[in-house]
Amino acid sequence: MANNKMTAMLQWVDERFPLTATWKAHLSEYYAPKNFNFWYFFGSLALLVLVIQIVTGIFLVMHYKPDASLNANGVPVAFASVEYIMRDVPWGWLIRYMHSTGASAFFVVVYLHMFRGLLYGSYRKPRELLWIFGMFIYLCLMAEAFFGYLLPWGQMSYWGAQVIVNLVSAIPVIGSDLGVWVRGDYVISDATLNRFFSFHVIAIPLVLLGLVFAHIIALHEVGSNNPDGIEIKKKKDPNTGIPLDGIPFHPYYTVKDIVGVVVFLMVFSVIVFFAPELGGYFLEYNNFIPADPLQTPPHIAPVWYFTPFYSILRANTINFFWVDAKLWGVIFMGLGVVILFFLPWLDRSPVKSIRYRGPIYKGALAIFVVAFLILGYLGMLAPTPGRTLVAQICTIIYFLFFFLMPWYTRIDKCKPVPDRVTK
Amino acid sequence: MSSDQKVDGGRRNLVLATAAVGGVATVATAVPFLASMAPSERAKAAGAPVEADVSKLAPGEMMRVEWRGKPVWIIHRTPEMLASLEKTESEVSDPQSQRPNQPEYAKNRYRSIKPEYLVVVGICTHLGCSPTDKFKAGAESGITSDWPGGFLCPCHGSTFDLAGRVYKNKPAPDNLEVPPHTYLSDTRILIGEDKKGA
Repeated sequence: MANNKMTAMLQWVDERFPLTATWKAHLSEYYAPKNFNFWYFFGSLALLVLVIQIVTGIFLVMHYKPDASLNANGVPVAFASVEYIMRDVPWGWLIRYMHSTGASAFFVVVYLHMFRGLLYGSYRKPRELLWIFGMFIYLCLMAEAFFGYLLPWGQMSYWGAQVIVNLVSAIPVIGSDLGVWVRGDYVISDATLNRFFSFHVIAIPLVLLGLVFAHIIALHEVGSNNPDGIEIKKKKDPNTGIPLDGIPFHPYYTVKDIVGVVVFLMVFSVIVFFAPELGGYFLEYNNFIPADPLQTPPHIAPVWYFTPFYSILRANTINFFWVDAKLWGVIFMGLGVVILFFLPWLDRSPVKSIRYRGPIYKGALAIFVVAFLILGYLGMLAPTPGRTLVAQICTIIYFLFFFLMPWYTRIDKCKPVPDRVTK
Repeated sequence: MSSDQKVDGGRRNLVLATAAVGGVATVATAVPFLASMAPSERAKAAGAPVEADVSKLAPGEMMRVEWRGKPVWIIHRTPEMLASLEKTESEVSDPQSQRPNQPEYAKNRYRSIKPEYLVVVGICTHLGCSPTDKFKAGAESGITSDWPGGFLCPCHGSTFDLAGRVYKNKPAPDNLEVPPHTYLSDTRILIGEDKKGA
C-alpha cells in the first residue's frame, strides 16, 4: 500500500542516486563513540549557526545597499539602509539582530569546539587533515566577520577596516601597492565597500560551505575522537564489524544534539530579544555613528573575537633585527593563527586525551587559556604602558605554549590509557 | 592508466604541452579579474588639491581639511609649543626627519614651511588611524605626566610630538606625513600641490 509505494519510490531514487547509502554511511550506520560529553555539542551547533547566518543573510541582502555615497540627508546610503532594515522593514530588526548575534555566537561555539580539540587531542593522527580543514574554516570565518563588519559603514566599520587593510602595507616593498589593490582606492571607500560586500555574500560563503563539507567527509572517514582519546575502530565486534564502543549517530547523537540546540537557542533568543548589543561586545556603540574618514573614534577596538590577536599585534613595540615593530606585530599576529595549523605535529605526547596526560600539559594548557583570555580582555581596552607590558608577557606565553610543546609533551608523565572507553 | 604502464613518449610530450598551454591560458585569464580590483580611472582622477584658509585659526588650535579622502591637519603652534620641540628631540625616533615623510622644504625641526603652521596628514603611519590631539600636559589615558603636548593614536598607542615626529619604541615606524603644500598668500594654504610639483 502506501508503504509499498514509498519503498518503490525510494528504490527508484536509489538506482539513480545513493540516497539510502548516504543516509546509512553518515547517519544511521555512522558509529560514533558512546562516551561523548558536553564538549561534543559545539560541532553541530556551529552547523546550526552557519544555517542561521546563511538564511538571515539572504534576507538582509534584500534590503541592504552597499553604497558609501551620501543620501539627501547627508547620511551614507549603506548606513541608512541598515537603519531602514532596523526601523521600517517588517521584522527587519529581528533578522538583523539574529545575524549580528549569530556572528558572535559562531565564534563562541567555534572557540569552544577548538578548545575541545585541545582537551582531547582531536587533532592527532589520523585527524591531522580534519584539523587543518577546521583551521581553514576558522580563517574563512575571520574573513567573513571582517568583511561583514564593514557593511554597516559605521565608525568602527570604517576604522577597523582601515587598520586591518593597512596590515598588508607593513609587507616590505610591495606592501603599499598591495593595500591600494585590496581597497581599490587610496583610502577605504565605496570601491572597498562594494568588494567587501561581494566577498562577504558570495566568495567566502562558497569556500566556507566547501570546507565544511570536506571537514565532515574527513571526520566520517577517520571517525570521531572521544574524551578518552581512544580509537574505537581498534575493538570491533568480530561478527558485525561494528566498533564495540560505537553507537549509530542517528538516532543517538541527533537526539543528544537536539538537546544542545534547544539550550543554545534559549540563550541565543535571550540575547537577540533582550540584549542584542550585549553591552557593546556584540555590537559596538561607535558603529551607530556613520563612518567619518576624518575622525577616528577616541577608542577603537575590534569585536571581542579578534581581540586576542589584536593584542598580540600591538604588543610588538620594539624594532629588532632591522625589522620595524609594525612588521613584527603583523608577523606575530599572523603566526599566532598559523601556528595552530601545526598543532598535530607539535604535540609529541604518547596519549591524546587530557585525562591521561601528565601535570605539565595540564598546567601549560591552563596557563595558555588564561593568557589567551587576558590578551582578549586587553585587546578591548585602550593601550597604556602597563597594559602593553602585560600583553607582551601574555604574547610570549601564547607562543611558548606552542614552541615548547614538542619538548614538554614528550617529558610529561602520562597515565596508562585503557583499552576501551571509560564511560 | 597506472604509472607502471609504458607511455608513448610522443603522446606524453603532447599531453604535457597541452597542459602547459592550458595553464598559461588559465593564468592569463586571471589577469583581467585581478587587475579589475586596482583603483579605477575615476578613483585615480580624484584627488585635486584643496585650499585652506587659516586666518581664523587661533594660536594653539587646529583645523581639519579633507584631501584625497584623508584628514589633513593644520595646527597653529604657539611659541611654547614650538619650544617643546627642542625638548622632545631626544625622545623621538627621527628628530632630523631623515626618512622621506615630507617634502624637502619641510625637512627641518618644525617640519613646516613657516614654523608656526604645521600641515600634516592626520593618519598614523602604523595602521592608518587618525591620532587624537592631546595638547594639554598632564596624566591622561596613555600619556605620561610630563607630556609636552602632541598626538596620541587611539588604536595602538603611538605618540607624536607637535611636529608630528613619532616617539621612540612606539608601534608607528615613521613620522606623520607632511603633504606637498604651498602658501598662496599669508593665510591661504594650497594642499596637494607645491611650486616644484606639477
